[in-house]
Amino acid sequence: MSNKIATAGNTGKKVRSDCFVTLELKNSGGIKIEQKSKVEVLYGKANNELCNDILKFYGIENAKLSLEDKGAVPLIITARIEAAVKQLIDTDKEYLLDFIEENNYTSEKEQFRFSRLYLPGNTPSMMLNAGIHDPNGIILDLEDSVAFDRKKEAQLVVRNALRGINFYGAERMVRINQFPKGLEDLKYLVPHNVHMLLVPKCEGAEQIKELEEKIEDIKKQYKIERPVLLMPIIESALGVEKAFEVASASENVVALAIGLEDYTADLGTRRTNEAVESFYARTRLVNACKAARIQAIDSVFSDVGDMDALRENVKVSKGLGFEGMGCIHPRQIKVIHESFAPEADEIEKAKKVVNAFIDATEKGLGVVSLGTKMIDPPVVKRAETTINLAISLGLISENWREEFLNSEI
Amino acid sequence: MGQKYANLVKNAVGRMVPTEVNGQKQVPFQGVGKYKPDARKYSSKISSCADYPEDGNKQVASLKDALVKAGLKDGMTISTHHHFRNGDLLANKIFDIAKELGVKDLRWVPSASFPCHEHLIQYLEDGTIHHIEGSMNGPLGRFASHGKMKGLGVLRSHGGRYQAIQDGDVHVDITIIGAACADSFGNANGLYGPSASGLLGFALADSEYADKVIVVTDNMVPFPCSPWQIQGNHVDYTVQVDQVGIPEKIVSGTTQITKSPDRLLLAEMTAQFCLEAGIIRDGFSFQSGAGGTSLAVGDYFAKIMREKNIKARFARGGSNKYLVSMLEEGLVDYILDGQTFDLDGVKSMADNPNHVWTSPFTSYNYHGKGNFAGLVDVVILGATEVDVNFNANVVTHSDGLLLHGIGGWQNCLFSKTVILPIPLFRDRIPVVLDEVTTICGPGELIDVIVTERGIAINPKRKDLIEKLKDSGLPIKTIQELKEEAEKICGKPAKPEFDDELVAVIKWVDGTIIDSVKKVKS
Repeated sequence: MSNKIATAGNTGKKVRSDCFVTLELKNSGGIKIEQKSKVEVLYGKANNELCNDILKFYGIENAKLSLEDKGAVPLIITARIEAAVKQLIDTDKEYLLDFIEENNYTSEKEQFRFSRLYLPGNTPSMMLNAGIHDPNGIILDLEDSVAFDRKKEAQLVVRNALRGINFYGAERMVRINQFPKGLEDLKYLVPHNVHMLLVPKCEGAEQIKELEEKIEDIKKQYKIERPVLLMPIIESALGVEKAFEVASASENVVALAIGLEDYTADLGTRRTNEAVESFYARTRLVNACKAARIQAIDSVFSDVGDMDALRENVKVSKGLGFEGMGCIHPRQIKVIHESFAPEADEIEKAKKVVNAFIDATEKGLGVVSLGTKMIDPPVVKRAETTINLAISLGLISENWREEFLNSEI
Repeated sequence: MGQKYANLVKNAVGRMVPTEVNGQKQVPFQGVGKYKPDARKYSSKISSCADYPEDGNKQVASLKDALVKAGLKDGMTISTHHHFRNGDLLANKIFDIAKELGVKDLRWVPSASFPCHEHLIQYLEDGTIHHIEGSMNGPLGRFASHGKMKGLGVLRSHGGRYQAIQDGDVHVDITIIGAACADSFGNANGLYGPSASGLLGFALADSEYADKVIVVTDNMVPFPCSPWQIQGNHVDYTVQVDQVGIPEKIVSGTTQITKSPDRLLLAEMTAQFCLEAGIIRDGFSFQSGAGGTSLAVGDYFAKIMREKNIKARFARGGSNKYLVSMLEEGLVDYILDGQTFDLDGVKSMADNPNHVWTSPFTSYNYHGKGNFAGLVDVVILGATEVDVNFNANVVTHSDGLLLHGIGGWQNCLFSKTVILPIPLFRDRIPVVLDEVTTICGPGELIDVIVTERGIAINPKRKDLIEKLKDSGLPIKTIQELKEEAEKICGKPAKPEFDDELVAVIKWVDGTIIDSVKKVKS
C-alpha cells in the first residue's frame, strides 16, 4: 500500500462520544501519540496506553497517531484506530475488547417485535443509551444511514457495539447492506451474537438462500450453533409480488418488514399520510406473512415530533394485521408499545374467554361456553395471546385470574 | 498569596478547610444543624430623614455620580444581583467606573455571576477587584480555578448569602440594585418595563443591611412605584440610565423542556418514583428548578395530577410558563416564586394574587425562625457529581474546574424528599463516583438519585425503600450504579491539584463545608 496517512471517525462541533483518528506510518522514530481529549484529565493516560497497545498488536513500530477525542468509550476508540490501520496495512487481525457477559442472551422466533429502534452504524453517541428506552429491538444500521465511503468504519463500530454495548435485553438486529454487498458485512456480525439481520430490498428466495449459505460458513468456522434470524425488508414492486416466496424461504425468516419510502419511489408515486398508495402492498405483505405464519412489520413513521399522528398511524397498522413498527426516535417507542397493546375492553373480554376455557378444561368439558354462547378454539387462542401480551406489557398481573374470580363473586 | 495556603483543618465531612479566609476567621462545617452562633444580628447605621431630600427625590445624574456620593474607595465591598441574569449591564459598568476612578482592591459580592461578566476578568487582573464572593459561572470560575484571583473565592447559596449579610459575616459598603421599575424615592420592583425580570428578592438583604443603597432603573416612574418589592426607605440614591439589561438575555436560555430522549426518560422515571412513593397526593408541594430535565419533571407531574385529579397546595419556583399554566389550570393553588425565568412568569406575578414573590429570607435563610424550603414535600435538583455516600457536588466538574454557583441548591436540601435526576455519565464522564471532587451537600440530606440505568435510595430513607420495594422501577444501590458507570466508561483518574486554594464552599449556616484547590496546569 502506497498511502501512508489514514483517518477514521468523526469530528466537528456537534460530535459526541466519538473520536477522530489520524494515523501516519513512518520509517523511523518510534511511536508518537498526540492526544486532544475532552476527558484528558480522567482518561488521558488510559487512552494513551490503549493507543500504544493497538499499534503494537498490529506490529506497527514507527508511526504518528493523533487522537481527537470527544469522550469516546474504549470500544469506539479501538474501532476507529483499527479502521485507520486497515487502510494502511493489509491484515485480517481484529483488535477485540472483551465480549461483555450481559450480551450473551438469545432471541426467540416468536418474541414481540412491536418496536425496533434504528441506530446509524457510524454514530456511536446514539448507541450507548439506546437500550435504556426499552425497545423490543435495536437495529445497528449499516445501510442507508452510513455514507458510502464510511461503510468499512461502520462495520467495525457495529461489531464492537455488538460485543461491548449493553442493550438491556433488546433484540440485537443489524441492517446489512443491499445484496450482494451485504454479504461482506456478515463476518463482522455473525460471530458476535447478532440475533437478527434485516435484509434490505429483498426481492426473492434466492437472495435469502445465498445469504444463509454464507452465514452457515461463518457459523461453522466459529462453531456457532444458535440460528441467525432474518427479517427481509420488502421495498420494491417486485419484492411485494414475491412477498410469500421470501416469507417462506427459510425457517429463520421470522418476519417481513415493509419499507415505504423506497416502495413508493419504485411505484413512481409519493408517500402520503393517508397511505392509500401503499395499501395494496401493506395488505399483500400482511397476507403473505400470515400465510407463512411469520410476523408482519410496518415501516417507520418519520414525523418524530407528532406523537398523536404516530398513535393514529399505529392503530391503522395494527388494524391491518401488522405486529410491529420501526422507530427512528426513542420517544416513539412508548407510543408504539401502548398502541399495539390490547385495549382495556379487549383484555376484559379475553379474561372471560380464557377463564371459561380453564373452567371447562378443569371440569373435563369438551365444549367451552360463555353464558349461552359456544366459543370456538381460534377465539380461545386469540384470547390467550391477548392475555399473554397484556401480562408481558405489565397491563395485568400474572395472577390475573385470582383477581378476576374474586371480582366475579 | 500567603493566605491561600492558610492552616487547614478537617471538618465534619472529612474535608480539609481553612480556618481563615481573606483575613476573616472561619468555622469549619460541624454537621447539619450543629452550628448555632450565640450573637445578635448585624445592624446597619441609623439614618435620619433630615439627611435626605424633603421632596423624596433622591435621583442623581449618573451611576458614577451615585458611586462617588456613596463614597466608593479602595478595599470596599460592592454587591450586585443577578435578576437580569446573562443580560445584566450593570455590574460591568460599576467596575468600569471604579477603574476610571482608580479605585483598587474591591470585593465583589454578586448574588450570582454569568458569562456576560467575563468583562470583569481584566479588573481581577489589574487589581481593581481583589476577589469575588458569590457564584462564579463559566469564564470567571475558570479564571479562579487557575489560581489567578488575588483573594480566595467564597461561594454561598442564596440563603447563605442572606445569612452572611444578616449575621455580619459580609459587610456590604455599597449595593447597586438594578430594577425594571423604580421611583426617584427608591421604591422598586422587577415587574414593569423593558427589563422586567419578576422580583427583586436577591437584593433584599443588601437593601436592609448595606451602608449605601443605589437603585438603578431604565423605567423611572412618578412616586409611588407600586408594588415596592424594594422599599425606598432603605435607599440612598436613585439613577436613571438608558438600559439596565438586555431583555432577550434576561429570559434564561434554559427554560425550555428538554427534547433529549435520555433526559425525558429521567424526568419520567422521577415523576413515576414520586407517584409510587406516595409523594404526589392531594395538597402536596414541590419545587423543581429551571433546567430542561427539571422542567420536564414538572410537566410529568402535571400529567399525573390531571389523570388522578390531584391538586398541589403550592409549588416553589423558579417560575416559568409551565408552572404558570399549572397555576392557571388549577393544578396548584399557589406559586411561591423565588426567581422568575420568563415573561409568562413576570406577567403572572403581576396579575395573579396566588403567584407570590418570595425572598431568600422567607425561603432559604437558615438563621431564621424556619424557612419555606423545609416545608416542601419534594424537590428535584441537579448535580455535577454524586458519590457512594450520597454527597453531591454542584460547583466543580470532574476535571476540577470551578464552573458553577450553588444557587438555592443547598437550601433546597432541607425539603422532605430530595431527588437528583442525573445521567449516570456524560460523554464518558461518570457522574456517580467513589468521592465527589467538591462536597456542596452532605449525603445525609440527599434521598434519591435517579439515573437512566437505575434509581438509588439513600439507606437512611427506610420508608422510601419499603414503599418502592415492589415497584417496577429499577431500584439499585448507589454502589451498583457507580460500578455500572465505571464498566461503561472505565475507571476515571482523579484530577491533580496544587496545594494552593482558590475558593471555599460555605454551608447554609456560614461554616465551611469544602474548599476548592487550584488545578494543575
